[in-house]
Amino acid sequence: MSQAHEHAADHGSVKSYLTGFVLAIILTAIPFWMVMSHGFTKQATMIGIFGFAVVQIIVHLKYFLHLNFTKDGKLNSFSFLFTAMIIVMLVGLSVWIISTADALMLR
Amino acid sequence: MSTYVEHAHDAHDDHEHHDSGSQTVLGFWFYLMTDCILFATAFAAYAVLYRNVATGVSGKEIFELPYVMGETAALLLSSITYGFAMIAGYKGNKSAVLGWLAVTFACGAVFIGMEVNEFHHLIAEGHGPNVSAFLSSFFGLVGLHGLHVTAGLIWMTVMMIEVAKTGLTGRAMTRLNCLSLFWHFLDIVWICVFTVVYLKGAM
Repeated sequence: MSQAHEHAADHGSVKSYLTGFVLAIILTAIPFWMVMSHGFTKQATMIGIFGFAVVQIIVHLKYFLHLNFTKDGKLNSFSFLFTAMIIVMLVGLSVWIISTADALMLR
Repeated sequence: MSTYVEHAHDAHDDHEHHDSGSQTVLGFWFYLMTDCILFATAFAAYAVLYRNVATGVSGKEIFELPYVMGETAALLLSSITYGFAMIAGYKGNKSAVLGWLAVTFACGAVFIGMEVNEFHHLIAEGHGPNVSAFLSSFFGLVGLHGLHVTAGLIWMTVMMIEVAKTGLTGRAMTRLNCLSLFWHFLDIVWICVFTVVYLKGAM
């Protein structure tokens, strides 16, 4: 019984996949519409598309990759969080360093 | 007390039947995390270089958002159909697994076909990767994702042959689980690609 329950939680059900799918469609459609309608300021569009991307990544992680913080899922989730931290440092600092260097070139 | 014993027994049971499989999947997850970092370096390169269009075109002139929307739809659809293949796998329904894998393969193939077509058009119109730093990093990043999807399609073909020949063995399920992580992971990378490259570029 407990095993069956664990399996359902681990591997997802038709319902959880459909929930994730519908959420993903909505979270994809909105940023595309924001850019294609040209109805927003540049800053609002930027915040919008990156915000929706982050939310959609979380939706995918939860509903498709089944990341969780149960006893069995902890290791996967924490290794992902560690990787996310490395990525933020890698990409964020690269862009920061290079754009600063670019600004110092006095073009 | 009795719960504890039951739990310990469960854990032991788990060890006997699933442990090597779940450890393989965990190991594959760690590989995917390193793959994440590989993609991050490509994204960092793109973020640093995308303004340097030299005498060539900028993203705004070449990106067609409705087309990218089609690619996104194909990939997203393939994600959920793979999920259905896994559910069928846990129920032990071999023919459903093969059917859903075939649908997933078709969606992935549509995605790759569209991407190759896009690259072909760009190169034919003189916007190849040799024109500017922007186009080099664009082809590098999007091409890297495309190569991963292609590898996923080859892997999926192998899995369809294995499942068709030997059925849904524990070994096949472990492999399907790894491919599931790989496939959903590529969909997540694509979210970053269409946001950072296409949407931001077309703004």
